[in-house]
This record gives sequence, C-alpha cells and structure tokens, in this order.
Amino acid sequence: MEKLSNKERMKIVRQSMPEQDSKVRRNNFEEVNLGFTEELAKLEALRCIQCPKPTCVEGCPVGVKIKDFIALVAEGDYLVAAAKIKEDNMLPAVCGRVCPQEEQCEVKCVVGKKNGPVAIGRLERFVADFEREHVGIRTPDLKPRTGKKVAIVGSGPAGLSCAGDLIQMGHEVTVFEALHDLGGVLIYGIPEFRLPKEIVKAEVESLKKLGVDFQTNAVIGLTDTVDELLQNGYDAVFIAVGAGLPYFLNIPGENLNGVYSANEFLTRVNLMKAYKFPSFDTPVFHCKDKNVAVFGGGNTAMDAVRTSKRLGAKNAYIIYRRSDLEMPARKEEIHHAKEEGIEFIYLSNPVEFVGDKNGWLTGVKVQKMELGEPDSSGRRKPIPISGSDYIIDIDMAVIAIGNGSNPIIQKTTPDLQYTKWGNIVVDESTMKTTKKGVFAGGDIVTGGATVILAMGAGRKAAAAINEFLRGSK
Amino acid sequence: MYKILYAEFIAPNIKKFRIEVPKIAKKRQAGQFVIIRVDENGERVPLTISDSNIEEGSITIIVQGVGKTTMQLNELETGDFILDVVGPLGKPSHIENFGVAVSIGGGVGTAIAYPTAVALKKAGNYTISIIGGRTKDFVILEDEMKEVCDEVFVTTDDGSYGYHGFVTQKLKELIDAKRRIDFVLAIGPIPMMKAVAEVTRKLKIKTVVSLNPIMVDGTGMCGGCRATVDNKTVFVCVDGPEFDAHKVDFELLERRNRTYKKDEEQALSFYTCHSNETILNSVESEIKK
Ligand SMILES: Cc1cc2nc3c(=O)[nH]c(=O)nc-3n(C[C@H](O)[C@H](O)[C@H](O)COP(=O)(O)OP(=O)(O)OC[C@H]3O[C@@H](n4cnc5c(N)ncnc54)[C@H](O)[C@@H]3O)c2cc1C
Ligand SMILES: Cc1cc2nc3c(=O)[nH]c(=O)nc-3n(C[C@H](O)[C@H](O)[C@H](O)COP(=O)(O)OP(=O)(O)OC[C@H]3O[C@@H](n4cnc5c(N)ncnc54)[C@H](O)[C@@H]3O)c2cc1C
Ligand code: SF4
Ligand code: SF4
Ligand code: FES
Repeated sequence: MEKLSNKERMKIVRQSMPEQDSKVRRNNFEEVNLGFTEELAKLEALRCIQCPKPTCVEGCPVGVKIKDFIALVAEGDYLVAAAKIKEDNMLPAVCGRVCPQEEQCEVKCVVGKKNGPVAIGRLERFVADFEREHVGIRTPDLKPRTGKKVAIVGSGPAGLSCAGDLIQMGHEVTVFEALHDLGGVLIYGIPEFRLPKEIVKAEVESLKKLGVDFQTNAVIGLTDTVDELLQNGYDAVFIAVGAGLPYFLNIPGENLNGVYSANEFLTRVNLMKAYKFPSFDTPVFHCKDKNVAVFGGGNTAMDAVRTSKRLGAKNAYIIYRRSDLEMPARKEEIHHAKEEGIEFIYLSNPVEFVGDKNGWLTGVKVQKMELGEPDSSGRRKPIPISGSDYIIDIDMAVIAIGNGSNPIIQKTTPDLQYTKWGNIVVDESTMKTTKKGVFAGGDIVTGGATVILAMGAGRKAAAAINEFLRGSK
Repeated sequence: MYKILYAEFIAPNIKKFRIEVPKIAKKRQAGQFVIIRVDENGERVPLTISDSNIEEGSITIIVQGVGKTTMQLNELETGDFILDVVGPLGKPSHIENFGVAVSIGGGVGTAIAYPTAVALKKAGNYTISIIGGRTKDFVILEDEMKEVCDEVFVTTDDGSYGYHGFVTQKLKELIDAKRRIDFVLAIGPIPMMKAVAEVTRKLKIKTVVSLNPIMVDGTGMCGGCRATVDNKTVFVCVDGPEFDAHKVDFELLERRNRTYKKDEEQALSFYTCHSNETILNSVESEIKK
C-alpha cells in the first residue's frame, strides 16, 4: 500500500459517485449511479486509515472484512478483494448498491467523524462489478457431495445466499420460486435504475453453474406443500418467502381504478416490463402528463414515485404522514428523488380517495397532521389537525405503506409457530422453526427489512442446516 | 416449457388444450386455476383448470380468444410449448351434498363450471346444468355435461338450438315449476352472473359465482385482483375465485376490469398487424423464390 500518513489520508475528500444527470435520467430506466472508476476507487480506498480495531465491521450485519478488502483495493488487487468480501457477503454487487450503508457500516467509520466516512458501499460495488465485468463471477470449489437434499422456498436474497452456501457444503439444493423469474424483490420490486436486473441474473447464473436447481412456477403450499417436500426426499426445507402481502390504507375509494399497491405497480413495471408496452404485453397506468401520488416514506415509496416520473408523470408526489426526519428511506434515495423533481408533502394523511362517475380516481382527501410525543418506536407520533382536510388532484395513487406476510405457507403448514402478524417464529441463532428439519429466514421472519439482513439469515440457516444434515446420518 | 399434448377448436374462437403439467394434474381440485405466460414478452393470464388426466399428466384448459394473449394462445397447436404454467391457484370450490344443485354456464363459463358440476355430482347432489351460448355454435361441453349431470338444459340467445332465451329465463322456469333447488353455481359474463344472483336472491337460494378480475401474480402478492364482497376487500386469487353471489359488488368488478381497455385494444391491434407483417414477409419470400 502507498505509504501515506494518516494525516495525509484524512486530507483526501470522500469521492462522490458519478451519476447520470438528473434531467436525463428522469426520462430513462438506466442506472442512476454509474460506479467508481479504478482511479476513484483507489483514491477512496486510500482514505481508510486501517484502524487496528475497525469499528466499521461492527456496523455490517454480516461482518464483511471491510478493512482488509479496502487495503486490497488500494493495492489494485481487486479480484482478491472480491474474494475477501465474499467470505461474508454472497451478493456484494447488490449490497454495494442497496445497503443502507449510511446507517450500517459507514456510520461506524472513524474517518466519518471529521470528513465523511470511507465510501465502503461504493467500494464494495466497484470490486464486485470489476470481478463480474473482467473475469465473470468466480465460483468456489465444492466440498464432496453428501447426498443430502435441501429444498429452498423463495429465490430472494435469503434463499439465494442459503442455496450458495449449501451447495458449497456438498448438499443438493433445489430452489422453488412462485414467480416465473428468480431474485425475489431484487427482480420484481427494486427498479432497474437502482439495481440492473442483469446483475441479479448474473448471480443466479453463477449459482446454476455451481449446480443449484431452480424450479420456477412452483408455489409452495399449492404446487407442493412443505410436508410433501419433506416426504418427497428433501431432508430439510428453508422457507424464505419474503413479506409478500401488500397493506392497503383501508380508507374509502381504495378500489377505484388507478389505485395500486406498490407491489402491483412495481411488479408490472419491473417484472412484466410494462414500461416497454406494447412490445411487452402487460400494461400499466399511463402516467404521462398525469398527477401521481405515492403514500409512504420508505425505499419502496421512493422506488414507486421515481418510476412514475420515468413513465412521464407531470407531478409526482410523496405524501407522508410524518415529517422528513422520520422518513425511513435511504438518504441517497430521497436526495435522488428530489433531484428528479419529486415533490414531498409531509405531515399529511390520506383519509379518502375520490373518483369520477366511471370509477376512475380523481383525487385524494388528506388531513394535515402535527407531531406529538414520541411513540413506542421513538418516533414522534403524528396527530390529525381537525378541519384541515383538503383535496389533492391526482390520477394515480400507489400505496407503499409496507407488507405483511403472505398467508399461503401458514394456511398449508399450520404446524409451524407464527406470530400474530403471521411471521414464522425461529430460534434466532439457527433459524430453526418449531418443526423438525424446517428452517426459515429473511422478511418472512423479521417483516420487511433489508437485503443484507435477509442474506445474513440465509447464511445462518445454511450453517445450521449443514449441521442438522451431518448430524442426522 | 410446457408441452401442448392436444389442441382443438371446439367452437368458433374457443379452443381446448391438454397441457403436460403432471404436478398440477395430480393436485388440482374443482374451482382452481392456472396462470400461463405464452412467451418471454407475454402477460400472465388466469385460466381455469377444466379437467385433468393423471396418467397422461395433463390438465385441460378451454380458452376463448378475446384479446392479444388468448388469441395468441389459440394459435398454438399440438406439439407446441407454453413458457410458463403455474398452479393450481385459488381455493377449491366448496363442495357438499346440498340436495339439488344447478350449475349454470354462459359461453366459455361452461368450461369453468364443468369441473365443479362433476364434483357436485360426486358429492351426491342431484345435478342440473343450464348451459347457454349466443347461437348453437357457441354451446360447449354439452356431451360432457350430459355425462355427469342428471339433467342438462341448453339455451341459445337466438333460438338456433335448445331453449330460445337466456340461461336466467330457464332458471326462472324451473323455479316457477316449483322444482326444488338448493344450490346454484353461475359462471359466465358479469351481467349474466349478476342476473342469476338477482333471480335467486329473493328466494334465498345459496348461489356462488366465480369472479374474473385482472390478475398479475395470482398468489396474493400484488392486490391487483381485489374485489368487494360483503363490503370487504378480498383478493380474488387467494380468497376466491368463488364467492357468495348475493354479496359481490359486480359493478366494481366490471369497472376494474375496464382499467386497461385502451391498452388491450392497442395490444391486440399491434399483435394482429405484426402477424399480418409476418404473413406478408413470408409471402414475399415465397415470391422471390
Ligand atoms: C420496492 C422495494 C425496495 C427495497 N429497497 C431496499 C433497499 O434499497 N435496500 C435494502 O436493503 N432493502 C430494500 N428492500 C427490502 C429488501 O428487498 C427485502 O428485505 C429482501 O428482499 C427480503 O429478502 P427475502 O429473501 O426474505 O424475500 P424476497 O426478496 O421477498 O423473496 C421472496 C421470494 O419468495 C417467493 N415466494 C413467496 N411465496 C412463495 C411460495 N409459497 N412458494 C414459492 N416461492 C414463494 C417470492 O415470489 C419471492 O421471489 C426493498 C423492498 C422493496 C419491496
Ligand atoms: C380465475 C379466472 C379464471 C378464468 N378462466 C378462464 C377460462 O377458463 N377460459 C377463458 O377463456 N378465460 C378465462 N378467464 C378470463 C381470461 O383470463 C381473460 O380472458 C384473459 O386474461 C384475457 O387476456 P387477453 O390478453 O387475451 O385479453 P385482454 O386484451 O386482456 O382483454 C380483451 C377483452 O377481454 C376482457 N377481459 C380482460 N380481462 C378479463 C378477465 N379477467 N375476464 C374476462 N374478460 C376479461 C377485456 O375487458 C377486453 O374486452 C379467467 C379469468 C380468471 C380471473
Ligand atoms: S454488506 Fe452492506 S453493511 Fe456490510 S459492508 Fe457491505 S455495504 Fe456495508
Ligand atoms: S472504520 Fe473506516 S477507516 Fe477504520 S478500517 Fe473501517 S473503513 Fe477504514
Ligand atoms: S393477482 Fe396479485 S394478489 Fe391476486
């Protein structure tokens, strides 16, 4: 590594991410962030002072060896750096793009106290992209085959990472996916402009190369039940079905034409490619020159509203019940949304959708809110201001207030233990459910969370499943 | 890829397929459906499983060409492949021995009513079916229905075959003749289902209809298929597709099904003019030869 003193390192400013101009990108679905060049990556890597006790690692839910991989980047050893990250994180190209780094690894970086933290996520992305673009994703050696078979239900980050570990450990792995395409939220939820589908496909391809068997069009519970999988020769099952039940607001007018759940809107656009209609057959509301409102303040809401802008919306609003301080979306996404011309309406709560005589949405009645005392989550609770109702004219609405758990597994596997919200109860250290040979992880256990947490859960489960299979000879 | 083992038109624009999907053939119950996607750019469309053959590992679907996807599907022949078939989706029909059960099918709705009529018969019901079509050509599954039902009445709107009139008129006649009826299943166009519901409402005859909203995933993930039943929102793909006819908000269903009317027309014209182009191209290359 170049001999620089810590003082010199600290003088280098945090390198910003090259990105598509906001005026251009609001009209296309191409990726917003363009990625570091080698020069930028090296320079950024030099900012890391190689702490003897790297606090950054504590912030990463899966403990990526951040200090080590950054040292390798500074030396230009990108492929070794990629291997180093992959010891802990199977999906660096994905996590480098979508992890909330500002509240995980980067917030713990000591350099951040003065100058802005080392851009760990951007470096992670650079390294993963470098590997994929130059040599392709490299596949590790496999342990001798054990003859044991594992069924994984769901192909989101939890399922994919569990599959990757188990196949390396020598087991046979089949992933069952309800949809016709693989990747879970990474493919149907997060839009192309934030996570190109090509990257997800490359990850899936590398798992196929390792020998993971993927079966699409298989809704477990209906096509086969969990019990049938166990009877049909699978020695263990990992349930990673995500949080796939859209919440609605339960206010009048919600079934008017033009009111969507975020899941439906994003699935039509991302999975079914409605933005390419009529070359692709699935249509979606014509946002062009229309007013669109998205309700919610998380990543999903940002994805939906920015998608509507790209489909040509004249005015695209985020309508959020609390203030900007409470918004759960990543800061970068909020910032990008603002640059793209999204309008934010805070402290406003929808109370009714109104429509025309043909049943099409024409507006939403919202009530203004003020912030009261902090609630159980520590956030200040919004309280309605009476008599403050007014109507915002909109042609399309997207409800992005979160997802519950899809009941198909619960209905068909009643002998697992569930919380009152339908989440599967597991032992947190092993992801074991209350049923022998059945493990679960990701959003179906935690409720809507993050890609890296789902991935971590998949790996934890893989370790426990391996132990279970080797113990049960 | 799923192989088409058999494909034959059974009425103008209505085609019957047997598709190789052994798992679904074994699993499916009356009232359930599949979602298919014809090719890479295709839409996901729901179609009822009309029958199955476990030995052959096939399911039967009967498809009416009404728009781009169904017409494209109906161009496929024996030996062709369909990209995606997923199922069996939806709740199976609620079957019990009601006593006398009447299954009413309008148009392609007969194909959807058929498996449930079979199950009702098996459960010990005296089964009557009323199947209707615009004209004689559009009456489907008459022989199949006759095989399973105790009585079959055929109606045509123009009187070209069977009873001259709507299925509801035949139902009313049975009621007026003081025939005992304990249960009615009605499947067909929304106005027909609505009309049947009105006939049986006053008499408090338990009536079930199968709803056909626009769907995407079919697993309860998107909420696009929502309908209002008993003043509550339901997701038809997982809570249905069958519901109490007297509690369904049919206007809402009709309205929501019109959401993509213009797009559907555009997709169809885009499709037909492109197929014309293909035909033209092949004719041109023939001429060149
Ligand atoms: C729009 C959106 C944006 C997001 N943005 C971010 C972000 O920027 N950063 C971040 O960290 N997180 C983000 N998240 C959250 C993150 O995507 C999820 O926490 C993560 O994907 C959960 O992974 P999972 O593997 O548990 O489930 P999922 O990714 O939900 O995958 C579950 C899979 O299981 C399949 N399935 C469901 N039921 C069955 C069944 N019965 N049989 C077979 N298959 C089934 C589903 O079709 C799906 O493919 C976002 C989520 C959404 C919706
Ligand atoms: C649970 C379920 C089971 C079904 N079973 C069958 C079946 O066994 N056989 C069969 O032929 N059809 C069935 N349908 C209807 C079928 O799914 C639609 O006809 C099909 O999706 C239309 O697609 P398209 O692209 O060909 O036409 P589109 O271009 O989408 O529509 C063309 C025309 O059909 C109307 N239409 C659109 N969607 C529907 C719909 N869901 N139902 C009725 N009309 C619609 C439109 O208003 C339009 O006028 C079923 C629908 C559901 C929800
Ligand atoms: S996986 Fe996420 S949290 Fe961990 S180091 Fe990478 S970007 Fe940071
Ligand atoms: S805390 Fe920051 S400076 Fe220290 S090792 Fe981690 S990334 Fe480098
Ligand atoms: S089709 Fe998506 S929830 Fe029913």
